[in-house]
Amino acid sequence: MKKLVPFLAACLLLVLSSYIRPMAGYQVGDKAANFKLKNVDGKMVSLSDNKTAKGYIVVFTCNTCPYAKAYESRIIDLHKKYASQGYPVVAINPNDPAIAPGDSFAAMQTQSKSKSYPFPYLFDETQQTAQTYGATRTPHLYVLTRQGSSNDFKVSYIGAIDDNSEDAKLVKTKYVENAMTEILAGKPATTNSTKAIGCSIKWRKA
Amino acid sequence: MNFLKLTALAAALFVAGPSPAHAQQVALIKLPELQKRLSRNTDTTYVINFWATWCAPCVKELPYFEQVNTTFAKQKVKVLLVSMDYASQLDKKVKPFVAKRGLKSEVVLLNETDPNSWMDKVDGKWSGALPFTLIINNSKQKRAAFEKEFTQPELTAAVQQFLK
Repeated sequence: MKKLVPFLAACLLLVLSSYIRPMAGYQVGDKAANFKLKNVDGKMVSLSDNKTAKGYIVVFTCNTCPYAKAYESRIIDLHKKYASQGYPVVAINPNDPAIAPGDSFAAMQTQSKSKSYPFPYLFDETQQTAQTYGATRTPHLYVLTRQGSSNDFKVSYIGAIDDNSEDAKLVKTKYVENAMTEILAGKPATTNSTKAIGCSIKWRKA
Repeated sequence: MNFLKLTALAAALFVAGPSPAHAQQVALIKLPELQKRLSRNTDTTYVINFWATWCAPCVKELPYFEQVNTTFAKQKVKVLLVSMDYASQLDKKVKPFVAKRGLKSEVVLLNETDPNSWMDKVDGKWSGALPFTLIINNSKQKRAAFEKEFTQPELTAAVQQFLK
């Protein structure tokens, strides 16, 4: 019986140490769920709207996070570079404005207008999309690739934009661009999952 | 008389206020130094919180980590606050913040740029969101990771688990 105690303690610890939200979410290769979210122009946007897109660069981001701000112009550049090659950016703000007032829908409209976002900026009001995708922080990026001519999309890359959030000029590895080069060539990305620091998504208090 | 009172008040504030000369140092450290800290083979329970001055939920829970020092003053518990601010912000932001808050826990700043190259070496369960907390006791071979905000009772309970 005495030997059982450390064993049970170890089990408890195992349970404790896996207490990380959200455990679910996508891995590379998973089928990505469609969504229908309100854009800053008031129209609903979903993955199935754009029939010509080969895929999407979906970025969970927001107005307020310093990391999201640091990457804002780089996200615009990604759209400029890849939209014409069939992979437009779709930005999604998943934050609860009750916790982050600067991430309200009205503030999103102001932000998107002032920086002339060339892509939709969607509000994930229920946070369902961020939870389904397994986003934990802003920015958190997913490259989705259309399967054949269907409306099914597969996750081809998850993670960071590049290796230097503070200074775009000091970037050595452009993680998402490297992945895009391979994806556009019809190959799986060699480095398909990367990590980055970001602001925790402001989940609605239960 | 009023002038005297004001002078006395100003003097009292000066004495009581945080004096930069006595403010704790915030060391810039690289990954190997942090790894060394995480792998120390002692019976001390380390509570390692990754935070940043710009991270609102982190700043909110800092007092709870400070409280750990008091709550567990008689046990072998040590708090390490690892700032994820940019190294360029050390003098401008981090040191003034630490002084203003009068933080008693040790504070270091992890001076690394590419999180993808080091994050898994800190903990594979960390996706990159802040705040993030590790509680480690190497001689008991116990380790727990929390990518979430704590309430004070939650943090106390989590540390307590390591002292049984």
